[in-house]
Amino acid sequence: MLQINNLSNTVGDKPILKGLSLSINAGEVHAIMGPNGAGKSTLAYTLGGRPGYEVTGGEVRFAPLPFRGGAGGGAAPLDPALHETASPTPNPSPEGEGDLIDLLSLAPHERAAAGLFLGFQYPVEIPGVSNLQFLRESLNSQRRVRGEEPLSGAEFIKLAKEKAALLGLDMEMLKRPVNVGFSGGEKKRAEMVQMGILDPKLAILDETDSGLDIDALRVVGAGINAIMRKPDKAVLLITHYQRLLDYVKPDFVHVLSKGRIIKTGGPELALELEREGYAEVVAA
Amino acid sequence: MSALALPTRRAEDWRYSNIEAAASVWPVPAPERIVLGPGEQGARALLQDAADDAVVVRDYVITLAEGARLDFHLLNSGGRLGRVTFDVRLERGAHFGLHAAVIGGGEQTLEVVTTVTHAEPDATSEQVVRTVLGGRATGNYLGKIGVAKHAQGTDASQSVKAMLLSRQASANAKPELEIFADDVKCAHGCAIGELDKQALFYMAARGLDPQTAQTLLLRAFVAGVFDGIADEAERERFEAAALSKLETLAKLEGLA
Repeated sequence: MLQINNLSNTVGDKPILKGLSLSINAGEVHAIMGPNGAGKSTLAYTLGGRPGYEVTGGEVRFAPLPFRGGAGGGAAPLDPALHETASPTPNPSPEGEGDLIDLLSLAPHERAAAGLFLGFQYPVEIPGVSNLQFLRESLNSQRRVRGEEPLSGAEFIKLAKEKAALLGLDMEMLKRPVNVGFSGGEKKRAEMVQMGILDPKLAILDETDSGLDIDALRVVGAGINAIMRKPDKAVLLITHYQRLLDYVKPDFVHVLSKGRIIKTGGPELALELEREGYAEVVAA
Repeated sequence: MSALALPTRRAEDWRYSNIEAAASVWPVPAPERIVLGPGEQGARALLQDAADDAVVVRDYVITLAEGARLDFHLLNSGGRLGRVTFDVRLERGAHFGLHAAVIGGGEQTLEVVTTVTHAEPDATSEQVVRTVLGGRATGNYLGKIGVAKHAQGTDASQSVKAMLLSRQASANAKPELEIFADDVKCAHGCAIGELDKQALFYMAARGLDPQTAQTLLLRAFVAGVFDGIADEAERERFEAAALSKLETLAKLEGLA
């Protein structure tokens, strides 16, 4: 679903990622752990296309959500043919889940439409714009790019209610401006409601566990499982700590240090890191 | 103010204006007078969305007698030069509210110039101005508040915020207070900023195309300015005109 090959980048002229490679298949949950400053958040922002995160080498290939061409005229950014510069014939992915596209050639909002969801460590407050309005516009903007019909107001409200209930978030909260006045835990819960509504293919969750108490952690963990633990979806969890991994069991754990993945293992690697600290593993 | 001689930039309230454009319509008609008697309540609104090449200069001279109240809603978004001025005199306990949105792009110069004189005690005034500028547009707010020596209990406020969508746009906001009384509350706040880049990326990461994201943020920025228009149809007319101008600006900036 996602193939990162030898990815390097700079942030404000400073090299952060230095030849990072990672492959994620549908149905998998991957966790990336690592010390502060290793480049974990940088990886998330680079995949999301944040301005200022300049790619200097490597490539990222992604199997997008199906694009229904024809409608909407100019909405063709997800047509694989447009992004296939390496070879004129499409490049089928190993799992046979469709053609891979060059993710880095897409604008940030097109990446979202392709099925990428970025869960923010610090969700941004947007005064004056309600969650419901924000999410409905976002979802319909994605659907437009994919050549799908927009959801009606009633359809959208039904969807929002269902996902809010799943995450135990009061619908009243969704009528309020995006993240304004939300506690740390409420922001993370709201992020997961957003993920549920947008229904992405790949979720990259950057420290979604930070700022959560034990109860909220359990709810958010269950939410991630309910929304993303599916054969056609995948999750990349970025975290400092083992504790979220108690609720969302990873298939693979990677250690990121100095801009590269230096070790990969199963869930036991997270326990080892927790027990012995990064310094041991990084030095080994 | 005499309307006969063409002003120069040396006149404080024309300092940032487009004199050449003003000259093309000079001399302008005499100011429109609004007079409210004791205890009268009034509401006025001006939707100034003249064509791009037009020059509009509108002057209001307003006198509010004891206990009178006037709320003025303004959308100033049209013309090469769109200039609206208010010269307001408040008697005891009178209230003047100005609720203005200024939205411009291209080569437009849009101005709101106010002089509010609290001539007698216990009068209040509230001015809210939200400005959005793209292209090479200039937006000016010059707001003078005068408080007479015996006008104790005056409460005057100015809240002026401007949002610049392009590097070539400029906003000038100049409050000026002349206070000769002691027991007076005059609050003024000005802020000039750009759209929040973090918010724009957050919105893009959720799939919002840049133009829709910009329009949503700009709508939120000017939201509320027209809330006080009592007549629903009229309020919707102002909101629709403001939104359509914002969408035009977002579209133009998106292409830049």
